[in-house]
Amino acid sequence: MVDSVLRRTAIPRIVGALLFGALVGASAARADDMQEANALLKAGHYGQALEHVNKVIAAKPQDPQARFLKGLIFTEQGDTKDAIEVFQKLTQDYPGLPEPYNNLAVIYASQGHYEKARAALEKSIRTHSSYATAYENLGDVYARLASQAYDKALQLDSSNSTAQSKLMLVRSLVGTAPQASASTEGKVAQALEVAAAPATAPPAPSVPAPAPAPEAKSPPVVEAATEKPPAPAPAPEPAAKPTADLRREVLAAVDAWAGAWSSQDVGAYLAHYAPDFKTPHGEPRSAWERLRRSRVTEPKSIAVEIKSPKVTRVSDTEARVSFRQIYRSDRFSGTSDKSLEMVKIDGRWLIRQEQVGG
Amino acid sequence: MARTAPRLILALTIVCASFAPRISQARSPDAELEHGLSSVIQAIEKDRPDVALQRVDALIAAHPTFRLAHLIRGDLLLARTRTLQTFGDVAKTVPRARVEGLREEALARLRALRTRPPAADRVPRDVLQLNPEQKYAIVVDSQLSRLYLFRNVGGHPQYVEDYYVTLGKRGMEKTREGDQKTPIGVYRVVASLPRNKLTDFYGAGAFPLDYPNAWDKLMGRDGHGIWLHGTPSDTYSRPPRASDGCIVLANPDLESVGRYVQIGLTPVIIADEIQWSSPAAVDADRKALARAIDAWRSDWESRNTARYLSHYSRRFRANGQDYAAWAAHKRKVNAAKSWIKVGISDLAMFRYPRERDFAVVSFDQNYRSNNLSNVIRKVQYWSKENGSWKILYEGAG
Repeated sequence: MVDSVLRRTAIPRIVGALLFGALVGASAARADDMQEANALLKAGHYGQALEHVNKVIAAKPQDPQARFLKGLIFTEQGDTKDAIEVFQKLTQDYPGLPEPYNNLAVIYASQGHYEKARAALEKSIRTHSSYATAYENLGDVYARLASQAYDKALQLDSSNSTAQSKLMLVRSLVGTAPQASASTEGKVAQALEVAAAPATAPPAPSVPAPAPAPEAKSPPVVEAATEKPPAPAPAPEPAAKPTADLRREVLAAVDAWAGAWSSQDVGAYLAHYAPDFKTPHGEPRSAWERLRRSRVTEPKSIAVEIKSPKVTRVSDTEARVSFRQIYRSDRFSGTSDKSLEMVKIDGRWLIRQEQVGG
Repeated sequence: MARTAPRLILALTIVCASFAPRISQARSPDAELEHGLSSVIQAIEKDRPDVALQRVDALIAAHPTFRLAHLIRGDLLLARTRTLQTFGDVAKTVPRARVEGLREEALARLRALRTRPPAADRVPRDVLQLNPEQKYAIVVDSQLSRLYLFRNVGGHPQYVEDYYVTLGKRGMEKTREGDQKTPIGVYRVVASLPRNKLTDFYGAGAFPLDYPNAWDKLMGRDGHGIWLHGTPSDTYSRPPRASDGCIVLANPDLESVGRYVQIGLTPVIIADEIQWSSPAAVDADRKALARAIDAWRSDWESRNTARYLSHYSRRFRANGQDYAAWAAHKRKVNAAKSWIKVGISDLAMFRYPRERDFAVVSFDQNYRSNNLSNVIRKVQYWSKENGSWKILYEGAG
C-alpha cells in the first residue's frame, strides 16, 4: 500500500517509524484508538483508520497527534487537498512544530509547487533550526528550483526532466521543538504539552529523531536525552583505558566502516553491523537495511571522514567509540558527533548501536 | 549542528572581483539592469548567498525573461545543496557554449559598469564632425559589446548613454552573405520597421543600416540586411556573440535608442573598439581633413584641372571608372567651363574604423557653372597618401 501511495505522490523515500511512545499522556481509550489507527494506516485501511482518528478528535478537537495522523491518512490516500488543509491548520495552531511544515512541503513538491515547498521547509527549519529531514528535503527542493532556473536560463524543455524529487514525508509527530515553543503564543502551550509528553511518560522515546539518517545529524536526540530524568542513568563504569591492541582493532573497524560507506559498497557497509544491531527507531532490521541501501547507493558520491575518535573499553569484547563525523555527498553535507557501540564477534568488531549526538 | 555552509564557487566572481561600478546618476533601463546584476555579484563576493538570492529574485521579478539572472539563480539555489563546480553548473547535458554565452554576457555587462560613463574629457576619435541635421550619432564598441549614443553639440559628439548589444556570432568584419559577422565601418540608419511589421524575433522594432555601403561594394563585400533590432518576447537579452550579424538590443534599450534615431541621417559607426581621444587631437584631425576638402573645392573652382586632379588618388575608382578614365572625363568637362562655383555645406566627417588614415565625408554640394548647375549630396572616401589626403572614391550619397 505504501508503495502505491509513493508512486502516486512521487515520494519514493519514506523515513521514520511510527512512534507509539510519543502518543502517551492521554486517556487509555485515546491511546487505543491512536494505536489502532496507526496499525490500520499501515495496513492500508484508510477509511477505518480515519474513523478511529476522528473519534479521538471528536473527544479532543485540538489533539495535534491525532490531527497529524489524519493528515498522514489523507496523504496516503492521495487526498492532497484535505491533507494540505489539515497540515496547514496544524501549522497555524502549533507554529512551533516542524513536522506539519515538512509534510506540507512534501505534498507541494509532489505537485510541482517547489516555491511553496521551499517556503514551508524554510519555516520548518525556522521552528527547529537543526531539523535534519527538512534540511534534506530543502536540499532536494533547491536542486529542483535550480533545475527550473537553468531551464529558463537556457531555454531547455523542462517537461522531459526525469529527475524526480525525493522528499521525505515525516510519519510521526514527535514534537521535538522545546526551544521553538518558547515563543509567546497562547497556542504554544499546547505544543509544549506535546513536547513535554515524552518526558513525563515512562517509556521515553529512545530515539525520537524525525529522520534516522545518521549522515544528517539529528539533535533532537540530544534534546530528548537531556529531558530524560537523570536518575535512571546508570553510573558510568570507570573509564577503562583501552589496551593498545583493542584501540587499534576498533579504530581499524571504524575506518573500514567509513571506507565502505564512502566507496558506497553497501554490502561491505552493512557487514559492519552486528546481528543484534539496535535499529534507531526499533524498526525491523530489514526496513532499516532497505533505507540504508538507498541512502548509501543513491548519492552520486559520498565522503565520510572520521575526526578525533575516542575509544572507551567496556570489556574485552565491547567498546564504545565516539568521534566527529564529517559527511559529504552531492546532496548533503553535515558534521555530527557520533558514537558507536561496538561488539567483538568472531574476531571482528561490529556495530551494535549507532548514536548521533553522543 | 554545524551544517557546512555551501561554498559558492562562481567562476564569474573570480574574474569580476574588481568590477566596482562607477557612480552614475541618471539610469537607463540598461544601466538599471547592470546595477542590479552587480549588486547580486557583490553579495556573492561578500559570501552572502542569501542576500544574492533575494537580489536576483528581485531582478527576475523586474525582468522575467532575463536569462542570465535565471542562470545565477540556479547556481545560488544549487549552491545550497552542494559545492558548485563551475558557473552555470547545469546537470543536464546542454551545449557548454550556451552557458558560456551567458557567462560572457555577465562579464560584458559588469565590465560596462566600470567603463560607464566615459571620462568627460574623452571623445571617440572616429567622429570628426557631425552635420547640423544629425542630432545624434551611434558608435558601437564591439569588443565591449556596447552601443554608445552621442548628442551633436556644435558638430561634436557628447556622450548620452550606452547599451549592451549582441553582435554577429562569428565575429566582426562582414564580407560575405551569410557569414554571420557584423560589418566594421560607417553606416547610416536608412529605415524604421515598427514591431507590427515584424515577427516576434525582432522584438520592439528594427532600424536597417545601409550595409553594404559604397566602400564595401568597392571592396567586393556582399550580403545585406544588417539591422539594429530588439529581442524576442521570451528573451530579455542575448549573449554578446549570437546574432547573424545584426546589432541586437534589449527591447527597452531599442525603444530608448529609437527615440533618437533619424531615418537617413543618424550615423552608425561600428568599430572594433572606440579610441577615446582628447578633443584637441580630434580637432587637429578634423581641421586637417577639412583643409584638404576645401583645397579640393577651390581647385575645382579654379578650373585648373591638374591641380584639381592632384586631390585624387591614383587608386581612385568610382562608377566603373579608374583614375585615368576619371581624369580624361574631367579634363573634357572642365575645358567647356568659363566659370565654376562650388559650395559645400552640412559637412560630416568620420574616420573609418579599422582602416589607417582613412575617412568618409559627406556634404551637400552646390555646383554652379556657366552651362550646368545642381545640388547633390556627395560622399567621398579619403585616404592619406605620403602625408596628404587623397580621394579614393566619390559618388552621390
